[in-house]
Amino acid sequence: MSEQRITLVEAVNQALHYSMTHDDNVVVLGEDVGTNGGVFRATVDLKEKFGLKRVMDTPLAETLIAGISIGMASQGLKPVAEIQFMGFIFAAYEQMISHAARMRNRTRGRLTCPMVMRAPFGGGIHAPEHHSESTEALLAHIPGLKVVMPSSPRRAYGLLLAAINDPDPVIFLEPKRIYRAVKQPVPDDGKELPIGTCFTLKQGDDITLVTWGACVKETLEAWQQLKQEGINAEVIDVATIKPLDMDTILASVSRTGRCVIIHEAARSFGVGAEIAAEVSSQAFLSLEAPVRRLTGYDITMPYYRMEHHYLLSSKDIVQAAKETLEYQ
Amino acid sequence: MITPRVEVPFLQYLDEKGAPIAPLPDWTANPDILLHYYRQMVLARVVDQKAIALQRTGQMGTYPSCMGQEAVSTVFGHLLQHDDVLVPYYRDVPGQLQRGMEIEDIYLYWGGDERGSARPSQRKDFPNCVPIATQAGHAAGIATAMRIRNQHNAVLCSCGDGATSKGDFLEALNLAGVWQLPMVFIINNNQWAISVPRKLQCGAPTLAQKGIAAGLPCVQVDGNDVIALHEAIDQALQHARCGKGATVIEAITYRLSDHTTADDATRYRPSEELKQAWLKEPIKRLQTWLHQNDHWDEGKEQQLQEEASAKVQKAVENYLNTPHQPISELFDYHYAEIPPGLESQKEEALSRMTGQAAGQESSI
Ligand SMILES: Cc1ncc(C[n+]2csc(CCOP(=O)(O)OP(=O)(O)O)c2C)c(N)n1
Ligand SMILES: [Mg+2]
Repeated sequence: MSEQRITLVEAVNQALHYSMTHDDNVVVLGEDVGTNGGVFRATVDLKEKFGLKRVMDTPLAETLIAGISIGMASQGLKPVAEIQFMGFIFAAYEQMISHAARMRNRTRGRLTCPMVMRAPFGGGIHAPEHHSESTEALLAHIPGLKVVMPSSPRRAYGLLLAAINDPDPVIFLEPKRIYRAVKQPVPDDGKELPIGTCFTLKQGDDITLVTWGACVKETLEAWQQLKQEGINAEVIDVATIKPLDMDTILASVSRTGRCVIIHEAARSFGVGAEIAAEVSSQAFLSLEAPVRRLTGYDITMPYYRMEHHYLLSSKDIVQAAKETLEYQ
Repeated sequence: MITPRVEVPFLQYLDEKGAPIAPLPDWTANPDILLHYYRQMVLARVVDQKAIALQRTGQMGTYPSCMGQEAVSTVFGHLLQHDDVLVPYYRDVPGQLQRGMEIEDIYLYWGGDERGSARPSQRKDFPNCVPIATQAGHAAGIATAMRIRNQHNAVLCSCGDGATSKGDFLEALNLAGVWQLPMVFIINNNQWAISVPRKLQCGAPTLAQKGIAAGLPCVQVDGNDVIALHEAIDQALQHARCGKGATVIEAITYRLSDHTTADDATRYRPSEELKQAWLKEPIKRLQTWLHQNDHWDEGKEQQLQEEASAKVQKAVENYLNTPHQPISELFDYHYAEIPPGLESQKEEALSRMTGQAAGQESSI
């Protein structure tokens, strides 16, 4: 069992190797996933190890990638499709929304869709336009889809294994800004982490900071800064956007009475709004301040020369936390 | 066995060494157009190489080089008329430079600044299209507008070989056939779509023949041969402008660079293939022909290189000295009129930034 320290993207790769080794039904497909090992190297060495039949470089066609994944999944395979960037996932939406999400319901369980669609998402890597979006809310809105967003190497490994073995379609969104930000020992033991469960990364009684994806990094930095000032924040990585584990969030907020939700995606109609609505209605009596959303603006992600004006910093999080704490 | 029988003509005038393999068209008797093509390709390559250098030194973002594909875009950039519309893809720097983009616009766009697509001299041309093949629909829509208004112009839509695998491309071809749209589709078949080779995109022997199923004339041309390109594109544009419908042109080229500056083609591409491709590249080929026909010499070459370098240097300075956009511009262009909710987010952004280091507001 390897105790080597690896990055988030290496953990994705390790999970794919593990799954393909232990389950012949797992297949990988997408653009440049074969010889090139994926443009972010998430699928490195899979083609060499498992061959062209199970590791498929498809023609350039996202609708097709989603469509054939649904077809294969209906026959009991477990396709793991890579969409090169979240900005190019839209062509796959018709298939995911009109078919993947509905197959079980339409056939009353006769046919199912145990597929995974992986895509790197988010800004901050100085990429060209359409390479920096965070549109998780569009997918989370769809009944029948699950949406998972890991934010550490260990969670990437455990959650991807769970996603592959999940009986339903899972959109697995990888925060590429932190693909190589930290290294952790990730034992290659095939242990899944639960989908549909938040992870409490730091415990504290003063305020609840709820976040996911790459923003976990800045939120943990903010936690550190707050701690130095004597403020104990609880940090929750939502990890699964859909189905949402409100229990963990509500339990925390009923202790702290204060909640800041932090996400990179645009504010309006986002996942933050969903969480805020649930907190406001279910923890109303515990709240000592309005639930605060600290998010991207409702604008197209700026090209990268100005993207730092869009992205959140730990300083913004500290400030929002303090304002929420100071609320009388 | 029934075998599919399609005939797609292949057009070529100059061989790899710049020697004619067929009688040249009459217009080549006057070298002006060919000299223009040569100068434009040389300039485009200097622009392109500088973009890569800027990226390597942290002064620009990811950039997709057009090295090896200069001929295609150079020729259509020249042949398109003022009121024709270009719907390019991201390796069309040579064409864009002839259509009203300045060199610094190219650098601004790839330098992560929306204003690269804003200069009014770009008229009704479309900006670069990053989501592959989606521009084909826009091109068909522009052609539809021309048809509705009885305009005798054409739309030229350019894309890569990989793009032809997407429904968007095939849907636009289909419509162009049904509605007899004034269009020219140019496929830059540079043999690769990032790491995916041409043979894994399509099982048919040519990509041009996708036009046959849509009822469109189609032709393959040597995409390193400006004379062949000129013949094919000129004819297709005239055909479109006089109401005879669309044409599909597959230009056979080779991507001499990595896919982008973020790519390393040695991971998947045999070096021998690249070496062979260099023997066919368009600039050297035309230069040889011009030399052999006494239209070119060392002195002219040196002068051209110096002029191109100076032009590019000036553009680099303009690019690097362009101040960042005011933050308000991130908000002001989403709607004709900014909604109140967004206006207050803009205020929020402005006040948030007053607290930040002033250094971020300076030039790159
Ligand atoms: C819809 C979509 N999917 C994926 C990508 C990522 N991507 C960028 S370029 C490219 C390959 C394009 O190949 P081709 O059409 O042959 O053009 P080339 O880059 O070779 O000129 C891919 C897959 C994209 N930009 N858009
Ligand atoms: Mg190509």
